[in-house]
Amino acid sequence: MSLADLFTVVAVSAGAFFFLAGSVGLLRFPDALARLHALTKADNLGLGLVVLGLLPRVDGLLGALKLVAIWALVLLASGAVSQLVARVARRTGPRA
Amino acid sequence: MIAALNAALAVLVLALAVWTVAARSTFAATVGFVAYGLVLTLVWVQLQGVDIALTEGAIGGGLTGAMLVAAAARLRDTEASARAERPGLALRIAAACVAACVTAALAYAILALPEPAPTLAHLTADNIASTGVANPITAVLIAFRAMDTLLEAIVVLFAMIGVWSLAPDRAWGGRPGQPHHADPDGILAWFARVLPPIGIVVAIYIFWVGADEPGGKFQAATILAAMWMLAVVAGLADAPPVSRTWVRLALVGGAVVFLAVGAAGVVTAGAFLAYPDGYAKLLIKLIEWALLPSIALALALIMAGAPERPER
Repeated sequence: MSLADLFTVVAVSAGAFFFLAGSVGLLRFPDALARLHALTKADNLGLGLVVLGLLPRVDGLLGALKLVAIWALVLLASGAVSQLVARVARRTGPRA
Repeated sequence: MIAALNAALAVLVLALAVWTVAARSTFAATVGFVAYGLVLTLVWVQLQGVDIALTEGAIGGGLTGAMLVAAAARLRDTEASARAERPGLALRIAAACVAACVTAALAYAILALPEPAPTLAHLTADNIASTGVANPITAVLIAFRAMDTLLEAIVVLFAMIGVWSLAPDRAWGGRPGQPHHADPDGILAWFARVLPPIGIVVAIYIFWVGADEPGGKFQAATILAAMWMLAVVAGLADAPPVSRTWVRLALVGGAVVFLAVGAAGVVTAGAFLAYPDGYAKLLIKLIEWALLPSIALALALIMAGAPERPER
């Protein structure tokens, strides 16, 4: 196993761990704001680490840029949407 | 490993489908439907149908999901009364029987396919050179089965006319949907300023590569419509009154160009929708360019809803 393969395995596994943790948090955390917090960790760190781990495996700069662009777009969307959801959650008050 | 992943995907699709049907609240069912569309997208990727995956993600999950969310929000007030008049047990059992019969018939049809399944793929591969495009899906859609695509483009218009027909008389000709107000300095307005430039570039890219790689006008038009709707929802733009002449012209433009090229084929190539030798790629491109804005506008207006605000 080359060093690049090892890097991929470690980074993607770490990303999968954050997705798992985010999913557990989504299911177990008590209120909407905490659940959003868990979800955005999965998007930011989980997907970020998966993308980072896949970078050595793409051929060419364009493929790498596309991967990074996907991560950036997910960050943008999840950040904006979780702000909107959080605002509604705060306005309607704490509910299950 | 891959087989296990595929099995997990299949189980997930079925579970989401059951959950969507069984969910009690309309909104929960809608969320289930969107998730179902996204998992189905992955299924199409696994089946190497990237074109269909793009369409499923954009139209099946995204656009239809957004329309269902809007419909669920509208029906929220009537939800309790709708639940009160739940159909009787006999009717529900009858409905379940009909649904089960249809599913069984479909399953039988799929399982009874001869091995290998009948395919026209080799015919497409043998004749694709004559169209000048490299993506076989595009060749089928615009050259070999152009009639289907023409009718699809017209069906989108019919769907939009169906939405318009819900307009109250006093609002006819006015702007569709309710006006949207959002904090002009808020996160939604910021998002609606940042995302559309990126989305428009992505849409044009998907449209542009459609000749040679997965992509095309329907997926690109959906992204364009979504970007426009984002600006509308954020209060940065407003849907135009449906009586505007430019709206009507833009809506029918794609179908008119398609029909005109098809009719010209009768003279130049001897058949409706036939392309003369050497001009196939040019004409395919012309049709795609003409259809893109028409489909994007029609999809956006379907999402915007029936006219509700009189112009004056």
